[in-house]
Amino acid sequence: MSVLVNKNSRVIVQGFTGSEGTFHAEQMIEYGTNIVGGVTPGKGGQTHLEKPVFNTVEQAVKETGADVSIIFVPPPFAADAVMEAADAGIQVIVCITEGIPTKDMVTVKAFLSDKNCRLVGPNCPGVITPGEAKVGIMPGFIHVPGRVGVVSRSGTLTYEAVDQVTKAGLGQSTCIGIGGDPIIGTTTKDAVELFMNDPDTDGIIMIGEIGGSMESEAAHWVKEHGTKPVVGFIAGKTAPKGRKMGHAGAIIGGKDDTAEAKMQIMRECGIHVVESPADIGSKMAEVLQGVVA
Amino acid sequence: MNLHEYQGKSILKEFGVVVPESIIIENSENAVAAATEISEKTGTNTWAVKAQIHAGGRGKGGGVKIAKSLEEVKEYADAILGMTLITPQTGEKGKLVRKVLIEQGVYYPGESEPAEYYMSVLLNRETGRNIIMYSPQGGMSIEEVAEETPELIFKEEVDPKVGLQGYQCRKVAFNLGLSGNAFKAMTKFVVSLYRAYEGCDASLFEINPVLKTTDDKIYAADAKVTLDDNALYRHKHYAEMRDITEEDPTEVEASEVDLNYVKLDGNVGCMVNGAGLAMATMDIIKLSGGEPANFLDVGGTADAERVEKGFRIILKDQNVKAILLNIFGGIVRCDKVAQGVVAAYQNIGNIEVPIIVRLQGTNSQEAKKIIDDSGLKVESVILLKEAAAKVTEVLAN
Repeated sequence: MSVLVNKNSRVIVQGFTGSEGTFHAEQMIEYGTNIVGGVTPGKGGQTHLEKPVFNTVEQAVKETGADVSIIFVPPPFAADAVMEAADAGIQVIVCITEGIPTKDMVTVKAFLSDKNCRLVGPNCPGVITPGEAKVGIMPGFIHVPGRVGVVSRSGTLTYEAVDQVTKAGLGQSTCIGIGGDPIIGTTTKDAVELFMNDPDTDGIIMIGEIGGSMESEAAHWVKEHGTKPVVGFIAGKTAPKGRKMGHAGAIIGGKDDTAEAKMQIMRECGIHVVESPADIGSKMAEVLQGVVA
Repeated sequence: MNLHEYQGKSILKEFGVVVPESIIIENSENAVAAATEISEKTGTNTWAVKAQIHAGGRGKGGGVKIAKSLEEVKEYADAILGMTLITPQTGEKGKLVRKVLIEQGVYYPGESEPAEYYMSVLLNRETGRNIIMYSPQGGMSIEEVAEETPELIFKEEVDPKVGLQGYQCRKVAFNLGLSGNAFKAMTKFVVSLYRAYEGCDASLFEINPVLKTTDDKIYAADAKVTLDDNALYRHKHYAEMRDITEEDPTEVEASEVDLNYVKLDGNVGCMVNGAGLAMATMDIIKLSGGEPANFLDVGGTADAERVEKGFRIILKDQNVKAILLNIFGGIVRCDKVAQGVVAAYQNIGNIEVPIIVRLQGTNSQEAKKIIDDSGLKVESVILLKEAAAKVTEVLAN
């Protein structure tokens, strides 16, 4: 098993015929993801990458039985695309788009609150269950099937951690890039909870960064409900206050959203915090071998 | 994007928030004419002369003065325009004052006591909803209020499904202890302020102080406004308010070529693909005994041209003693990046500082070979751990 996506996921691509959508859809198909079609308004009825194109998500769901969607729609239209997917009954919505206005995401979050679906992202690399389904833009080859769950707010830093886990002789159950924006669907805590409840995950890697309180929230949850070891890292210990570090959500506002403060809370909650991002994989291996109690 | 006080107030006015009459000047020769014009409109005989820079605490640094005569208006405008203003938020270097706001004095004597409140609108990231945060303790920094009297900070969260409601505005006015005309004016103030926040896609509107005058009017006496960069595409006229003289020139140059660069004070420059990995790389520089000189995310396409631009920007900083290039190649192939590094190095020529290149991911072995065979003074490594050790080694030499 795994979380969010697997070999049975039926995936559609919103923004299918655009350059980003096309490139990554090809990569996902090559990886073995079950892409069943795509949506581009106005291009319904065409065929793209040998898959059917639909005008609406509703049609796509009806015709293909899709339950997962990945979104490559440009920022001005991305919030609308998420809501369309939710309204059409898609279960897992992965939004890759970077640069969505915060106001649009306030609306999306309110819209999703009474819908039966889960949003991952926006501004994220997506979700991968190695060997089964890649619903994202990550390099597939660094992942191997295994029993470590990875959750992170970043793209390449996730790849770094995954690569270290693989090199340490472990594999991944599922890797979730939750995104670097101030408002995102699935939070660190949500992802950690999914992994805690997944019988095929033995250990969890939780990578955070400055800004917000998601990691502290997740840490407190782990303290209360945790049954598996968690290794954590927070990026941005050297970041100055009040400056946005690339990600729209990576900004230190007050004393609680610094890297130091988050790492302290995580330690207090029993998470194995590494100081160096070079030690994530080896620490997980060590913890799983029981070297650290 | 940060705005000046005068720009923030012009937006507030557009949405119906009451602000003092004011005129912005860049030359102190125009100060008296501005003050006279304001008096003709309002009948005021006092004026505030306020430095316009992107930093708070201006009063503490001598950047805000109350003038009681036209002579004083001229005197203060002369003194403030062109001064290097140092406040608790500018750092030691301070900021050059290029513009001064001449404003109607609103602290006039009258029937009741004037009062100062605090009010801001911002996003509550935990709930994904906007909140109005306010306090009867105005005029001082909200961090201090939070520290000393946290019970005097109130919050009103707005449900995005229905928007700000009337009862919420009344609650704000009651909690601030207002009645009569001041109460009415405050409820209108809250509605208009929230409308301004939403209307221009702001991420922050901070009004400190909100002033209740002696004749029960409610004014936004100051305005700190930050707009959401991601929404500027739909607000062209606000986007034009960007004042690049308030930003670091190298950061401006980097942003023009779509490089995300933040200048820091350390001795090891870095260039990385991805924001999270870039922050992690800065952290590892520190753990290796150096201090990061910058944050630089080259983004998804780390080709020769961008790598060269990145190097040139980092090399402008005289404090840089070494550069760490950290690329995790996924979709980007490392051998391509390595070729780019070699080409960039040759194009720039005479790079004095040692460069450590860490290329990991797709074709990393081929990439290392390209760097090693190039004959350039570039150290090449594959693991992040090795990169950290190299930084330590290079700094020791």
